[in-house]
This record gives sequence, C-alpha cells and structure tokens, in this order.
Amino acid sequence: MIPEIGHFALILALSLALCQGVLPLVGAQRNDTAMMSVARTAAYGQFLFVAISFGCLIWAFVHDDFSVLYVANHSQLSLPIGYKVSAVWSAHEGSLLMWILILSGWTVAVARFSSGVPKVLLARVLGVLGLLSVGFLLFELLTSNAFERLIPAAIDGGDLNPLLQDPGLAIHPPILYIGYVGFSVAFAYAVAAMIGGDLDQNWARWMRPWTIVAWMFLTVGIALGSWWAYYELGWGGWWFWDAVENASFMPWLVGTALIHSLAVTERRGLFKSWTLLLSISAFSLSLLGTFLVRSGIIVSVHAFATDPTRGYFILGFLGIVVIGALALYAWRAPSLDSEVGFSPLSRETFLLLNNVLLVVAATLVLMGTLAPLVVEMINGGKISIGPPWFEVAFLVPTIPLVFLLGLGMHTAWRQQSTGPWIRLLRLPVIAAVVLGIVLPLMFYGRVGLLLGVGCTAAAWIVISSLIQPVRSWRRRKGSAAITRSALGMSIAHLGMGFFIIGVTIVSAFGIESDRAMRPGETLEVAGFDFELREIRQVQGPNYTAIEGVVEVRRDGDFVTTMRPQKRQYLVQRNWMTEAGIYPSWNKDLFVALGDELGDGAWSVRIQYKPMIRFIWIGALVMALGGLVSVTDRRYQEPAK
Amino acid sequence: MKPRQQRMLAVGLAVVGVAIAAALTFRAFDENMMFFVEISNVVAGDYPKQRNFRIGGLVVDGSVKREEGSLAMSFRVTDMRCELGVRYVGVLPDLFAEGKGVVAHGRMGDDGVFVADKILAKHDENYMAPEVAESLAQHVDDKMQPLREGNMECNSQ
Repeated sequence: MIPEIGHFALILALSLALCQGVLPLVGAQRNDTAMMSVARTAAYGQFLFVAISFGCLIWAFVHDDFSVLYVANHSQLSLPIGYKVSAVWSAHEGSLLMWILILSGWTVAVARFSSGVPKVLLARVLGVLGLLSVGFLLFELLTSNAFERLIPAAIDGGDLNPLLQDPGLAIHPPILYIGYVGFSVAFAYAVAAMIGGDLDQNWARWMRPWTIVAWMFLTVGIALGSWWAYYELGWGGWWFWDAVENASFMPWLVGTALIHSLAVTERRGLFKSWTLLLSISAFSLSLLGTFLVRSGIIVSVHAFATDPTRGYFILGFLGIVVIGALALYAWRAPSLDSEVGFSPLSRETFLLLNNVLLVVAATLVLMGTLAPLVVEMINGGKISIGPPWFEVAFLVPTIPLVFLLGLGMHTAWRQQSTGPWIRLLRLPVIAAVVLGIVLPLMFYGRVGLLLGVGCTAAAWIVISSLIQPVRSWRRRKGSAAITRSALGMSIAHLGMGFFIIGVTIVSAFGIESDRAMRPGETLEVAGFDFELREIRQVQGPNYTAIEGVVEVRRDGDFVTTMRPQKRQYLVQRNWMTEAGIYPSWNKDLFVALGDELGDGAWSVRIQYKPMIRFIWIGALVMALGGLVSVTDRRYQEPAK
Repeated sequence: MKPRQQRMLAVGLAVVGVAIAAALTFRAFDENMMFFVEISNVVAGDYPKQRNFRIGGLVVDGSVKREEGSLAMSFRVTDMRCELGVRYVGVLPDLFAEGKGVVAHGRMGDDGVFVADKILAKHDENYMAPEVAESLAQHVDDKMQPLREGNMECNSQ
C-alpha cells in the first residue's frame, strides 16, 4: 500500500509541476497576476508530494518491503538501519527520485527567499524550474519507477553493494546532487531573463548567491567523493580522471567561471552574454554528467544501471534543454550589448582571462571524456584515455590561471594605475618565488621544475589571498573594513592555495610500495618501519574479515598500530579491501592488505602520502569562502 | 577598452585557447590512447606492437598460478574462443577471481604472454566492462553455448 501511495504522490507532483511549468510562464507573458501567483503554491505543493513519495521509499527500505523490486535489489535484512536509508539513493531509480526531491527543494527555496525579485521575473524562474521538474518526473515515472512491485516478493534482498556501506558514500550523493541540481536555478534565471529580455545588474545580484551556494555544495560533494575513493576503493589514489568524476568536475569548472563572470555582470554590467552562456553550459554539463552515468555508455567504474532507454530519454532531454536555451540565446544575445568599457589593466581583464582559462580546462576534460565515444563512432575502435593525458592537458590552462588569480585579486575595477600595482605586488611575488623553492628543499630536501612551479603557485595564492584580510584586520577600527564578499573571495582563494599545496607535495613525494610480507617482517617506507605482527580472523556485523596487524615505528619509537582488513560480506560474498589509514595534518600512512601469496606471505601495499589532507581541506575552505560571501549584506537588500 | 575591442579580445583569447587545447589533445591523445583488442585478435597477432593496449575477458578456471611468497603471478584469459596467458606482478583488485571478468592494461611480451601493468578493479561483481561483454557475446549466445562449431576454432598466428 505504502509504495502505491509513493507512486501516486509522484504522479500528483507531476501534475503540479505541469501547472508550475506552464501557467506562470503564460501569466508572465500576459501580465496576469493570478496566473503568475500559481507558481509559488504549485512549487510548495510539488515539494510536498515529492517528499511524501521519497518518504514512502524510505519506509519501504526501513521495513524491508522486498515486494518492491528496487528494495529487493538494493537492501537486505541484516543491513544496519542507517545503510537501509542510504540504500535509497544507492542506485539509479532512488537517486533519480532524490534528484527530483532536491530540485523541488531548490524551487521552494527560490519561491520563499526572493522577496526583492520582481513578480514577472520570479514567475518565469519558477516556471522554468517547473518545466525541468516535469522532465525529470517523466524520466522517473516512464523509465525508472522506484516503486515497481516484485511479485511474488523476495524472501530477502540482494544487499547493498558493500562498497557503498560507508558513511562517506551515504552523504556524498546528496551533497553532490544539491550542487549539480543547484545550477538549475542559475539556468532558470538565465532563461527567464532571456525571455523577458531585461538583464540588469540586479538580475546578476539575485542570481549570484544561488549560484555560489550550488557551487559550494558541488565543491564539497566532489571532495567527499574523492576522499571516499581514497579510503574505500582501497588503493590510495584521490582522483582517477574517471568519466564520472569528470562529469562532476566539468560543471564545477564552468560553475566557477560563472561565479566570476557574474561578479563582473553584477558590479559593472559587463559580460552579460558570457554569463548567460555559462549558466546554460553549467546546467547542461550537469545533465551530460547524468547522461554519462545513467546510460552506461562510457566505460567507468561508476557506470551503474546500463539501460539504453534511459540513455535516450536523458539525451533527448539534454537536447531539448541545450537547443532550446541556445536558440533563445541566439535570439536575445545581440540586444545585450553594453556601453561601458575597461582598460587592459583592470580586474575585468583578469576575470576575462579566468573565464577563458576555466572554460578551456573544462573543454579539455570534456574532450578527453568523450574521445572514446567519438573514436568508436568514427571507426569502431575501442580506446581509453589514461590519466597521464588529463594530468598534462589540465595543467596547461591551470598553471597560468593560478598565477593570474593572485594578480587579479589586487587589481581595481575599470582601470588600475600601474605604479601602485607594482609597488603592492612586488614583495609578495618575490616572497612567493623564494618560498616556493626554499620550503620543499627545507622539508623534503628536493626541488624540481614542476614541483617548484606548484609550490610557488601555492605560496603566491596563499600570500595574495591574505594581503587584504590582514590589512583590514590591522586597522579594523578604521572605515576600510573588508566586505563579506571580499573576505569570502580571499578565503576561497586561500582554499585553492591549500589544494595546490596538497596536490603538488603528494604527487612529488608520495611513496607507494607493493611487497610480499610474512608475519614478523618489517618494511621501511619514508623513514617509518612497518612491522606485520600477525594476520588474524575477525567478525563484523554482516561480514567476516582477515585483518593484518601492522605496527608502525619511527626511529624505534612507537607511532601507531594499523589494522587493514579484507572483508567478505555475507550476502554478496565479495571480497573488499578496507585500508588501514593513519591520518595526520601533514601526512597519511596507508596500509592495504592484498592476497595470500602462499608460503605464509601476503601482498601488502604501503603508502606514504605527505600533505594529502590539504587536498580535501582546501576544498572545504573554498566552500567556506562561498558561504562567507553569500552572507554579504548586498544580497539581502531589495532592488536598487 | 571599447565593447567591440572587448569582444574581439574575448573571442581572440578563446580561439587561441581552444587551438592550443586542440593541438595538445591530438598530439597527446595519440600517445595516451589505449586500444581494446579482443583476445582472438591478440592470439592471431593483430595487436598494436610496441605500445600498450587493453585486453579483457574471463579468467580461465584453474589457470591462476602464483610464485610462492612473491607478488608475481600468471593466469589465462579467454574470450570463449581463444585463450591468452597473462603475467602480472602486483596487488590484485578485490574482485579478481577465476571465472570472472577481467580487464588488463599492458603489452605483449616476446614469449607471446601478455605482460600486464594494471589489472582493473570493478565496482561490483555483476558489472562487466561493456567492451568485454560485447567481445564475449560475439562468441557465445545467451545460454552460454558456443554459437557455431566453426566459430570456435582459434586461429592462432
């Protein structure tokens, strides 16, 4: 009964989404207030019914209703209760339902927190969001119904994939989706403004906080995914340039460009058409990502639910969204010319460069991701593009990007006079170069070209991000207090600096060592002695495991005991590696247990990962910067 | 800068950026592209010489052999028509098992054995790389029966 209620609620939500998608848009065209005000009510109603539907699916999981096919496939009686809930979004149908819930959640937030926005514009924004929701609800109802019954019911479920039985992965998809889906608000604002034909600076000011919040969640979501891959996939990498990782990274790159381009549109009324294009691209890339994940078209460790129908549906939807939005753009963009200019040395120029470089980076990632598809279509050859290509290609636009970043932050809008600019930045530039060479030498005893460039870039970004906050802190009683949005920018850039430190140091000085070890043997890696004390059996709630006990010492002093496991889950019978990780702020020690090699030996992978935490800390600091900047007072003011 | 100049600048920069990107892409693609080659083709000698490629198929039952106490191991992989020996030194992914699908990166050794530098992990046991599934499907129908007797002859070099 409950699953049917969930299914029915979803159909009701679809009818409401249709109202929300059609009436306000028509009303806005005719300037009909009654029709426009349907938008808000319909949005609330839609959210209510989607939430009921989602609740019903959770209920089915928690109560082990194996007469529901989706539950029978992805849950199991002895699964801990928390994972029964997270199993709801562990596969295609449920995660799509969560996507819809989040979309209608964003819609409700827009309806609720847009008091200063003119009625016509808001009606159009909500209308566009309603249409997007119609698309996704149809997708769920027509191709991927989570409430499909299984008759006769299964006695027990097929269990949740053990890899997904992990707190990191329970929260990674929701956070990532909030980010992905959040770009739909930017998209809706762009389309709404193009329909109306009026893009003033207020428009950018209303749209920017939504975009920043979406970007924040996407940042955290990607970082969580990377962190999960690091400790759970068992082999210590943090980014694999896998097609699905790229699918989340491309919207991030374009979204980052969008935030910067919006800053120019908001402050100076420039780059309007560019901003529109980026808004369309960010959301389209989110959809493309969904397409890649859902269709199974690309060989990927993530590719679940290989089903061509779903692929065609989402491809068709993507086509409608992209072609529709671009047609609208082609029609409207010529009328968006602005009359103001800027000098070659001005913040506008740097932000323009930022945008171009980020878009080039996203294009490269896109090319690398889609190349296997294109080649197969052309000559049927099956190729794959390895991480080495991405690593090199990605550095080409990003190295100039990070150096320009520090310059741009200290350049005035409109026109910057050269003298004071050089005087301000002379010292930080020298300091960054010196630190970039001296610090790796001091701590790690070696410096090379790429390493030096990376460390200099990181030092440069950290120093230049700190200039403004430190100055305003020193004369905090004066009038030159830093605005929240400037502070947010500095924090986000500081996070970028941390991230670069992490990436640079771990790629230069990380050590990986695969060995055969017998109990009692000791192996030295990076100055640490790893002694395999014993191998033993342990029992978990729904698995049995073989555990290695590894004692780590440095110069004879005890550091820690690590317990890497190989688990066998009782239902699916797969083996899974649980790495032993000893984290600290400046390095991780990592031990993973491989196979029994015979003769009492086991294969063991030992890794030393200096500064790897800075990668994820950096991402969190970036997101924190976004949070600080959306609290800026000007986003709470009504229209100017 | 006047709006017209701004546009020119933006367009110019974008064109330069994309041109560099494209140039890099095609140059580096060539070096980093890895072809998937079916086992039957490898056995027939039809594979890229002097460079890495990927193979995939099922691990033959009973073929996994280890050197006692070391990381070196070997196994045979089949596309249900031909079999190929594979050598590997390293830690195996969790889901590697006899009778299961596997994908390996590497190149051919002089002795006709594939030297793998990477054995791919999969996310779950039911997932099989599409290219492997396709390669197997060519030689076997749904009921896991050989398609035609003639088809089953492995034409080695």
